[in-house]
Amino acid sequence: MTASAPDAPAAASGEVLVAVRSLSKYYMRGDQIIPVLVDINLDVGVADYIALMGPSGSGKSTLLNLIAGIDKPSSGQILVAGVDIAQLSDGELAAWRAAHVGFIFQFYNLMPVLTAFQNIELPLQLTDLTRRERRERVETALALVGLTDRMEHYPNELSGGQQQRVAIARALISDPTLIVADEPTGDLDRATAEEILGLLERLNRDLGKTIILVTHDPKAAEHARRLVHLEKGVLVY
Amino acid sequence: MFVPLFVLRNAFRHKLRTTLTMVGIIVAIVAFGLLRTIVDAWYAGAEATSSARLITRNAISLVFALPMNYAQKIRQVEGVSRVSWANWFGGVYITESNFFPQFAVDAATYLELYPEYVFKPEEKKAFQVDRQGVVVGRKLADLYRWKIGDQVPLRGTIYPGTWTFTLRGIYDGADAKVDESQFLFHWSYLNETVKARFPRRGDLAGVYVLEIRDPGQAAEISARVDATFKNSLAETLTETEKAFQLGFVAMTEAILVAIQAVSFVVIVIIMAVMANTMAMTARERYSEYATMKALGFGGGFVAMLIIAESLSIALGGGLIAVALTIPVADIFGNAMGTLFPVFFVSHETMLMQIGAALVVGLVASAVPAWRAGRIRIVDGLRSVG
Repeated sequence: MTASAPDAPAAASGEVLVAVRSLSKYYMRGDQIIPVLVDINLDVGVADYIALMGPSGSGKSTLLNLIAGIDKPSSGQILVAGVDIAQLSDGELAAWRAAHVGFIFQFYNLMPVLTAFQNIELPLQLTDLTRRERRERVETALALVGLTDRMEHYPNELSGGQQQRVAIARALISDPTLIVADEPTGDLDRATAEEILGLLERLNRDLGKTIILVTHDPKAAEHARRLVHLEKGVLVY
Repeated sequence: MFVPLFVLRNAFRHKLRTTLTMVGIIVAIVAFGLLRTIVDAWYAGAEATSSARLITRNAISLVFALPMNYAQKIRQVEGVSRVSWANWFGGVYITESNFFPQFAVDAATYLELYPEYVFKPEEKKAFQVDRQGVVVGRKLADLYRWKIGDQVPLRGTIYPGTWTFTLRGIYDGADAKVDESQFLFHWSYLNETVKARFPRRGDLAGVYVLEIRDPGQAAEISARVDATFKNSLAETLTETEKAFQLGFVAMTEAILVAIQAVSFVVIVIIMAVMANTMAMTARERYSEYATMKALGFGGGFVAMLIIAESLSIALGGGLIAVALTIPVADIFGNAMGTLFPVFFVSHETMLMQIGAALVVGLVASAVPAWRAGRIRIVDGLRSVG
């Protein structure tokens, strides 16, 4: 595991997938400017696995949201595979996310009225794949996360760990360039959290998936290849 | 298949809430349909009229009759092919609550002008030859369980005394719009009896019914008839049968406007209730909508899901309501007896009911759909359902 200095953004591998340049984000509260991220520079390489750490309110989730294209920066650039996503319209950004980003959330964010199979299939509804092709992909993803026998179960019939594995399968299903995980083990017990972190590690190691993990759990961060700390909106090391 | 499945599963996610909302819609749409049917029933008399028939009455008021010798003069007016006449009898059958329209008609001509009253030939003939005979509509006969040959006594109010009639025929309407609650007997029986008791009240007709050759000439023929009796002791007012019937409707127009207003208020109330339900539903799912948007679904798609859910609940309730309105209207119509002689749910009313349900669904979901479609993903992900 290595850490990168905030003023010397670096990627673990040679090829840079995500390049964050002079990124700032602030909110307005009346006339007052509330800075959340200040002049962030960061590179994430292809097949990298970095953990963003920091205390609550440090801006780590905001940085993750900006890189994932679900929030817009106040200034600066976010280049993902050469595309400056800060310049994309809402529609373009939605299409970009569908094709390039897999999301894993703390509370899984599965659709309660859909089965595990249907939840994993959900992102594929935006593609031109046939029903048969979608089924094959979902079955592969289910096998990868070890939930083949639970495919017809609804989220409320699954444990927290199983739900998070469904969410990971959903994140993988469209073969995204980048997987972002916001406190994926925050709602799980230690043993289950280790299972999930082991699964993410395998995705990175065996499938070469680029992962950005937000956590304030040092044990979770140990699974990443690289560690980045944020404090009060600034990268500190 | 994904979208319909997703929409329907979401619609029935809170079964009790959805069921109660649907019950509310069903009650509102049934009430709407029933009130519209009452309004239709009010206009039924006008709707069942023929454009080939004119009504001539006393120009001062319907209360005043017209001399019998007008029949011959009207028959000679250019454009008139046949003439008949009728008197309102206004008798009481057992008690005042048993109301139904009773007319003394010229048996030889009146039924010829109303081909929509369908008789068995032998019953029609039996009526024609029996001076004390009477024919009634099927609804009236069924209501009082009258059979052919029964004696039916009426207590006269306009024409005092007890009048006994023998039921000789029962007619069916040619279609559902025809009034089957009429009681028609011989004008000659009335006239002769009245002449014997009150000589000055004899040889008078309440109204003349005119058949014209060309309905397009109704206005000109009416003017010619009225001109014939200009400056006479009993000037006439001739109008189409429809205008004549609408004249009665106009007397109660305020009630009709009130009924129509209530029918729309019912829809507005259920619209507000459903809008609240949909707003609550959408608010609970902001996190899910934000997740869908994060996965790449557009704001329009999310909005469409809410609109489709709202429409499916409203349409489901609306269709059940339409199916229920028919038996409810039957029960209501039967309970009203002959007050609403023609009482059935028209196709237009059913279409209006479905249209109202769709409008309720659409309007109720408009604001929640707009909000969910525009919600920022990061805000939605933070929201707690």
